[in-house]
Amino acid sequence: MKKYIVTFLLVLAVNVVNAQVKLLTLSELEQRVAKGNDTTYVVNFWATWCGPCVEELPYFERLNVENKKKPFKVILMSLDFKSKLQKDVIPFVAKHQIKSEVYVVNESDQQKFIDRVDKNWSGALPATLIINTAKKVRSFHEKDFTYEELVKTISTLVKP
Amino acid sequence: MKKLILACLTLFVVNVVNAQTGYQVGDLAADFNLKNVDGKNVSLANYKNAKGYIVVFTCNTCPVSKAYEARVEALNKLYAAKGYPVVAINTNDPVASPGDTYAKMQERAKEKNFSFAYLEDPDHINTKKYGAMRTPHVFVLQKTVKGNEVAYIGAIDNDQQEANDQRDNYVQNAVNQLLKGEKPTVVSTKAIGCTIKWKKEVSR
Repeated sequence: MKKYIVTFLLVLAVNVVNAQVKLLTLSELEQRVAKGNDTTYVVNFWATWCGPCVEELPYFERLNVENKKKPFKVILMSLDFKSKLQKDVIPFVAKHQIKSEVYVVNESDQQKFIDRVDKNWSGALPATLIINTAKKVRSFHEKDFTYEELVKTISTLVKP
Repeated sequence: MKKLILACLTLFVVNVVNAQTGYQVGDLAADFNLKNVDGKNVSLANYKNAKGYIVVFTCNTCPVSKAYEARVEALNKLYAAKGYPVVAINTNDPVASPGDTYAKMQERAKEKNFSFAYLEDPDHINTKKYGAMRTPHVFVLQKTVKGNEVAYIGAIDNDQQEANDQRDNYVQNAVNQLLKGEKPTVVSTKAIGCTIKWKKEVSR
């Protein structure tokens, strides 16, 4: 019985913050971004276990809010193990009340995945990809950002 | 305009630094003399019968490193006797990452019964010299007349979550080929890992 109550509460908590976390392949992400035309996508690769990633998440959240009226979208791609989706990722998203879209990367071969994201990526987290299909922008950054750095980087890349 | 030039220069500098740090396959790797969890110092030269080394840059705290701990231990069990011992080096600064102090390394090694050397790397001197970018990051070295030649750089396998049907055991394959007197077919791979917890620069 206790188990059911816990599950029920968990489901409730998850629904309250609308924390939907699905699996997403890189191809699915690319299709989505290509359809976005003039939308600027800021795709952040992170994981719940990655300290510097968790530290910079609020900046991405803030970006999303500040650019609400613009064609702008933050997508948080988690590299947590797929098996940890229910146990780690969904509770994390609920606890931190993350409003940006969150996915767990659905790729079994990291070797191919990393190179497809960017040839220069060593595989260290966090990493961020800034894409605007209409403006032919695709810029990869293997580093953590401050909010100011993020704003500056994006505005330099994507001219209004 | 000034800003733009500055940005360009910064980018340029960053690129140059990135390009220069660390070993490439074919380079000769420097030996080191670092403190092991048993209190004794270890150098590559100490392994008299070695034909090469599996140098693993890792740490206590990274979940990816932890996921690979048993596999690193298995590598040592499999290859130490064949002449390729595992030598693990903790990349992380103990202040930046309190779970990675020398005492915690000792604890971890004892708890997990590490049969390989687990060394500290104060001030990241060897982490930087080798060019480890994340944990875990493996450098397979082959002992040659010229010195310890880097034969493979990268991941242990492409199956971090133990869920890939087409698992390639990169390090095993590389060492097996070296033992046969061949050059490894795959010399460089990538994997998701933790950033290295660098020592905070002392501001002047």
